[in-house]
Amino acid sequence: MSSLEILLRALPSLWSGLVVTLEVSALSVGCALVAGLLFGTALLYGPLPLRLPVRTVVDVVRGIPVLVLIFFVYYVGPAAGLDLGSFAAAVLALSLFSACQVAEITRGAVASVHHGQMEAARAIGLTFRQRLLWVIFPQATRRFLPPWINGVTDTVKGSALVSLVGIVDLMLAIQQVIGRTYRPMPFYIVGAIIYILINYSLSSASRHLEARFAYVRD
Amino acid sequence: MHYNFNFGLIWQHFDRLSGGLLLSLELSVAAILIATLLGLALAIAHVSGGARVRAPIAFYVECIRNIPLLLLVYLVFYGIPSIVNLQYSAVTSFIVTLSLYYAAYLVEVFRAGLLAVPRGLLDAGRAIGLTAPQRLGYVRLPVMLRIVLPSLSNTFVSLFKDTSIASVLAVPELTYGAQWINNNTFRVIEVYIIVTPMYVVTGYVILWALRQFERRLAVR
Repeated sequence: MSSLEILLRALPSLWSGLVVTLEVSALSVGCALVAGLLFGTALLYGPLPLRLPVRTVVDVVRGIPVLVLIFFVYYVGPAAGLDLGSFAAAVLALSLFSACQVAEITRGAVASVHHGQMEAARAIGLTFRQRLLWVIFPQATRRFLPPWINGVTDTVKGSALVSLVGIVDLMLAIQQVIGRTYRPMPFYIVGAIIYILINYSLSSASRHLEARFAYVRD
Repeated sequence: MHYNFNFGLIWQHFDRLSGGLLLSLELSVAAILIATLLGLALAIAHVSGGARVRAPIAFYVECIRNIPLLLLVYLVFYGIPSIVNLQYSAVTSFIVTLSLYYAAYLVEVFRAGLLAVPRGLLDAGRAIGLTAPQRLGYVRLPVMLRIVLPSLSNTFVSLFKDTSIASVLAVPELTYGAQWINNNTFRVIEVYIIVTPMYVVTGYVILWALRQFERRLAVR
């Protein structure tokens, strides 16, 4: 069988793996964005009883490897009576990890907005929620976007680790194809190119977004 | 929750965790040394070289930064020996992979640092008659080091955490030790209760030590 034929036969497996990788990444990025913004806001404005546990979780999660976090959620979940299934456990672990990064990015982005803005918003009588949504967050967005997009590509790369708890994503699909064909190098290179294409298109998209949001020059 | 904690089995096999942590640190030190040298050399080449030098370096950085480390680890350990006649151990293979991966990140860190050295300092070096290598060694690199240290510290801690991926090649580092105990004793909650602080504390100790170093270097 020619190399091209082997590659063509492997395409359906690689494609379904790619779909799973994109699903895991998109779900994790989405959950992490929501949770991370909440964590970040809690770190900035929350009362001490809320700030302290969030700070602890963020620091601990950022202090352990993603792989350990994935194993932790995957194995400890069922033992603690929380039977998630491997897909949900992996997405939860990846989301939690990214959420903690997003929390720190949010904190940094909001801190970069001049405090006069908050005071001015308070002076014209906006409520706390209005001050955040209409004044602080829109201005923090342009500081938030560049590191956040970096974080998204990190999540896509981190999603390869879910293959280690048996989810057939692109990484495991490649491993399985290699197991059938005994052609490691070509398929690792094909996999590498696919990951580069995903992440490269993400970072080009981010440059457009950044240009769109860079309305304040400093 | 119906779960009876039993830490006894963990302590019985604790040597796998302590030995694992030691190996994680050894892997980190080796990879940090190689990655720093390679990253610095490529950054200097990128800053002082022409387009013909820059293009391949930029290509290397873009490629490596967009590929999952796990894929690279597999590629180097299983892929390369399948096409060329080379044999190496899992440890060697992992150190090489981790170094190549982090060198790509460090090129960017060092490059930004080299470009951030004020032009006036280099001109002053030229004015007092330093040669180009002297300007690099006595002016540009020391000032750069002070600028890049904070991001360098963060990169080194990330590198330490990424040594956990060596467990997929059965390198007996900390995560592998945890997996081994988990597979052999089924005390899964206990083992992660012990391993989590081992990673967190070691990571923060590395960060703290590098922060002390930063403060010593700071201009007073």
